Amino acid sequence: MSAPQFSSMPYTPTQHAAAHSPGLWALAWRRLRADRLAMAALAVVVAALLMVALSASGLIVSDWEDEVGVNYAPPGFVGAQSDAERGPVSGAAVSAAPAPAPVNVFDPIADDIAGLKAQAGADDAPLDMYGVSDPLAGDLAKLRAGLAKSGHHAAGARLQTLPFGADKWGHDILKKTIKGGETSIVVGLVAALLAVVLGTLFGAYAGYYGGLVDDFFNWFYSVFTAIPSVLMILTVAAVLQQKGVTTIVLILGLTGWTGPFRLMRAEYIKHKAREYVMAADAIGASHWRRMYSHIFPNVSHVALVQMSILVVGFIKAEVILSFLGFGVPVGVVSWGSMLNESQNELILGKWWQLTAASVAMAVLVTAFSLFTDALRDALDPKVK
Amino acid sequence: MLAYILRRLWQMVPTMLGVVLLVFILFNWVGGDPAYVLAGKMANADNIANIRHQLGVDRPYYVQLWIFIQQIATFDFGQSWATGETVSHIIVTRIGPSLTVLIPLTILETCFGIALALAISFVRGSLTDRLVMIACTVGMSVSILVYIIVFQYGLAYKLGLFPVQGWGDSFGENLLRYAPLPILIGLAVSIAPTLRLFRSFVLDEASQDYVRTARAKGLSEGRIMWVHVLRNAAIPIITYVMSNLPALLIGAFLLERFFGIPGIGREVILAVERSDFPVIKAITVYVAVATMVFNLLTDLLYQAVDPRVSLK
Repeated sequence: MSAPQFSSMPYTPTQHAAAHSPGLWALAWRRLRADRLAMAALAVVVAALLMVALSASGLIVSDWEDEVGVNYAPPGFVGAQSDAERGPVSGAAVSAAPAPAPVNVFDPIADDIAGLKAQAGADDAPLDMYGVSDPLAGDLAKLRAGLAKSGHHAAGARLQTLPFGADKWGHDILKKTIKGGETSIVVGLVAALLAVVLGTLFGAYAGYYGGLVDDFFNWFYSVFTAIPSVLMILTVAAVLQQKGVTTIVLILGLTGWTGPFRLMRAEYIKHKAREYVMAADAIGASHWRRMYSHIFPNVSHVALVQMSILVVGFIKAEVILSFLGFGVPVGVVSWGSMLNESQNELILGKWWQLTAASVAMAVLVTAFSLFTDALRDALDPKVK
Repeated sequence: MLAYILRRLWQMVPTMLGVVLLVFILFNWVGGDPAYVLAGKMANADNIANIRHQLGVDRPYYVQLWIFIQQIATFDFGQSWATGETVSHIIVTRIGPSLTVLIPLTILETCFGIALALAISFVRGSLTDRLVMIACTVGMSVSILVYIIVFQYGLAYKLGLFPVQGWGDSFGENLLRYAPLPILIGLAVSIAPTLRLFRSFVLDEASQDYVRTARAKGLSEGRIMWVHVLRNAAIPIITYVMSNLPALLIGAFLLERFFGIPGIGREVILAVERSDFPVIKAITVYVAVATMVFNLLTDLLYQAVDPRVSLK
């Protein structure tokens, strides 16, 4: 594999004997460099990976669980909200009810609800922001007063606004998004690596040996592709019964090997009869050595492109799995678990967690997809 | 033709056996003893032994496998562990709502996809083309969850244009009242990948010799695209749409879950949440069968679309 700087080496006739044409990787790098969009995408991906490395090693955002802001502290550019806007979890008693939601003309129980609301309004019990009477309000207020007197006045020290807002517990959304990104990206990378390693291993055996071995792996492939991948993932999730980052990696990795398998098998069939492999056979290289020392470097670009395609798919899949509650366990934050929380927050008008998680994910996935497209074009100029 | 179909059906047998074996292994070994799952957290040894006997998991594995194959062949998977409803009844009643959303969605997606792909191929290579493709990539990068949450909140909850969720009894009410918003979201999510794919199908054809010939004899660009190119691009398009159908049945599970549509996808999610193994097993096996049958149908359709293809 030649180094990238090879691309700038001028060609001189005297070098003729020693000079060889730039290799696949040098050529690909030269093509990538010419593509400005791809380079911008690569910069975003590298920055994200750097952030993941820093956050995984605990250098940044290790304190994301500190409750630095008030509950649901809004982003700085929105401005601080009054206690009434912030909701019932805040310290002070709330008197003003928010503007009622617009009437949904399709709501079949609208009349009943209106009746109930009128009844609740007539009641003289203290009302919270939802217009629901809270029988514990008096007790809670007494408790809070007691806490304040004894010096446990944590809420007072908290910030009213944060640059990107805070969640239900007052965690900084920016830090939480970075930490969540760490989980989602690591899951995507490791699962894609597992899937590509499995696919390459199987594909190499099937393509290289052919015959019965090939038949067996093809049968295995047809079995796995007969079940749609979404269903396969959910089935394995149902069977494994336990949540955890390792579990998601296994689910995605063990079900995702079919794509790399198909392509790697085709590559090995193409390469096994080439002269360099026969030459390796002639000097006595073992099957294993021919498959992985001789052929693999020549087909590894296919594996790389497959892996980056899978990373994008797996990041999206992890988000959905965690959202549904089949993914990361309670206490671990990922973009999926953030979206899960934000679904309820949105109804209260707290849009910042939803925005942060979805924008972060969209930016990373867009950059990764654009880079993958460019990488595929650069590594395989025939396909366009 | 008949011989071809019979041969293809015969070739499905080993794959089908593989699927059965895979599901059997997953549910009997990988996940541990199913009796412990069914017994729950407060089980004692007696309970477990009882349940093991009821489920038949105390019998030899070949007997269990044979029972499983009999269940598949007779559509009798017994009852759901969670609700007691028979599994066959669950599957039969959940298909209707799923199809009410999926058939209009597939038709609209395919029509829009083809129209936009042909339109964009008129300006191929231009800045517009490149910008649309980048917009598609961005559109595909936003999680489907975000589309659903934002559309449901904005269009249904805030503006009240659609019901937030729900499902009725009559087909007309479901199709006209409850299905439009899920279909709209499904369309918004799927149009970007579909357009990208269909565009590549169309562009593959647009550089062929017959297109140049058609241009040389003075046909209008519209006629070339809509008649000549579309006819040839139809083959990969049909493959894509057809082979996607069974996966779509499950793939729409998020829409069904958010909008409370009692379809197959939501049933799978509920079954996973409740560890309702009979339901998941049955759906997995039958969706695999459907996938294989649809692949065969796709190949048969080829012949109808492309006279050059002969199936032997």
